[in-house]
Amino acid sequence: MHKKILETKNLNAFYGDFQALFEVSIDLFEGEIISIIGANGAGKSTFMKAVTGLLAKVENDINLKGRSIKNLRADEIARKGIAMVPEGRKLFPSLSVEENLLIGGQINRIGPWNLTSIYKLFPDLYEKKNMPSNLLSGGQQQMAAIGRALMSNPEIILFDEISLGLAPIIIKKIYQNLPDVIKDGMSAIVVEQDISKAIEISNRVYCLQEGKIALSGHSNKLTREEISKAYFGM
Amino acid sequence: MDWINSIIQGILVGGLYALFAAGLSLIFGVMRLVNIAHGDLIILSAFLGLTVSSSLNLHPFASLIVVLPIMGFFGYLLQRGILNKTLGNDILPPLLVTFGLSVIIQNGLMELYTADPQKMNAGNIEVASLSLPGGLNIGWFPLLMFIISIIIIGILQFIFYKTALGRAFRATSDDQEIAQLMGLNKNHIYGLAMAISMIVVAIAGIFLGIRTSFDPAAGPSRLIFGFEAVIIGGLGNLWGTLIGGIILGVSQNIGAKINPGWQLLAGHIAFLVVLAIRPKGLFHRVDG
Repeated sequence: MHKKILETKNLNAFYGDFQALFEVSIDLFEGEIISIIGANGAGKSTFMKAVTGLLAKVENDINLKGRSIKNLRADEIARKGIAMVPEGRKLFPSLSVEENLLIGGQINRIGPWNLTSIYKLFPDLYEKKNMPSNLLSGGQQQMAAIGRALMSNPEIILFDEISLGLAPIIIKKIYQNLPDVIKDGMSAIVVEQDISKAIEISNRVYCLQEGKIALSGHSNKLTREEISKAYFGM
Repeated sequence: MDWINSIIQGILVGGLYALFAAGLSLIFGVMRLVNIAHGDLIILSAFLGLTVSSSLNLHPFASLIVVLPIMGFFGYLLQRGILNKTLGNDILPPLLVTFGLSVIIQNGLMELYTADPQKMNAGNIEVASLSLPGGLNIGWFPLLMFIISIIIIGILQFIFYKTALGRAFRATSDDQEIAQLMGLNKNHIYGLAMAISMIVVAIAGIFLGIRTSFDPAAGPSRLIFGFEAVIIGGLGNLWGTLIGGIILGVSQNIGAKINPGWQLLAGHIAFLVVLAIRPKGLFHRVDG
């Protein structure tokens, strides 16, 4: 946990004329997991979109390993090693489970993840590999979405609300798997509504409130009061 | 026997209609683009084939060696240079731009080739026929056209469902934002889809130009045949499109048999009947 892999410097992001992020500076170091928490509409997903190149208008810089990626297209950023597990899974419904994984793998970066290692991590997926992806259960869909992101052998993996809409027991299972997912020096950003989950799995926490960073610090050093103050703004 | 003969001719010409439709269906499936200029591009290919075969003294089929890559390349450039810029949440811009393209192609062809009908000469194969028992005659050319149409639809089906490119087409069609997150450059993917569509258009254009005479204004009616075949068969289903083309061809021939003036009308009626009974087509793809 030494070299800075991703940083945003005073990032401003917009939807048309509406400004959704204000001077957000976030650092991510190699091998580190950070979590971004905040209420609905605080700008968490916007931040993910800005980093992955899905927002048309961002101001100031986003650097990946010291190089600006602000003006790259989403597909170019993906090729540079940032993968996303999107909110709501968003598997491709007309593709089978295995085809979904292969789409993630067509970037062809070198690394430990391939169909075999994904199926080893998520044996459920192997059994259903030829099924249309929309016939999977919610938890299995989430596994497939995580697998799809891993298939590109990213350096940074972004998780957007992975527990949303899933049963608590499934959430627990998926979080149990996360240490196996984020290994080999991979870094991760976790956006999560469930604060205790976010704190539990991350090294550091950023709390967004109305598009601004209200609080940041090491996960084990922040107190509940500080967090709820930053979260709710009171 | 006459009736059976017309039905068989209708089936065979249905293959050509399916070719008109397949390219249309492909690009609609991948990028929700309705290409109003599709018929004119078929006619453009026919004129291109005519020029190539007459100036190089080639058989019309051999002109495909030149026409296929030109149309494919043109399709890619058209998509990347113009049509990609029109795609978005609003469905109107691509319609208007391809409509404009249709007008440009028709008038450009008119300037270059005049309004005189033209035809490509493919030699003996045009008149040679296969005699079957019972007095049935099947022309070799319509038969060849039909078989090639089936092969091409088979190839498209294979590309779409069995290759990495087809996977990328389907993924981009499902959700272009997520597809980009997977490293797919949608502009390039769309360009490739249009290139494939134009390659099918080129083949259709050459067949059309051998089968009948054509003139610069002949495009829109081919677009209609293509649309009707797609809708009858069900959007997003290539084999359905083939069946759609066949139904259209058979209806036209039966109509013509009853009264020569009813040929086109019968095709349109068949289309409307299918649309009324099954608005999503006979073989609508079932998915989420």
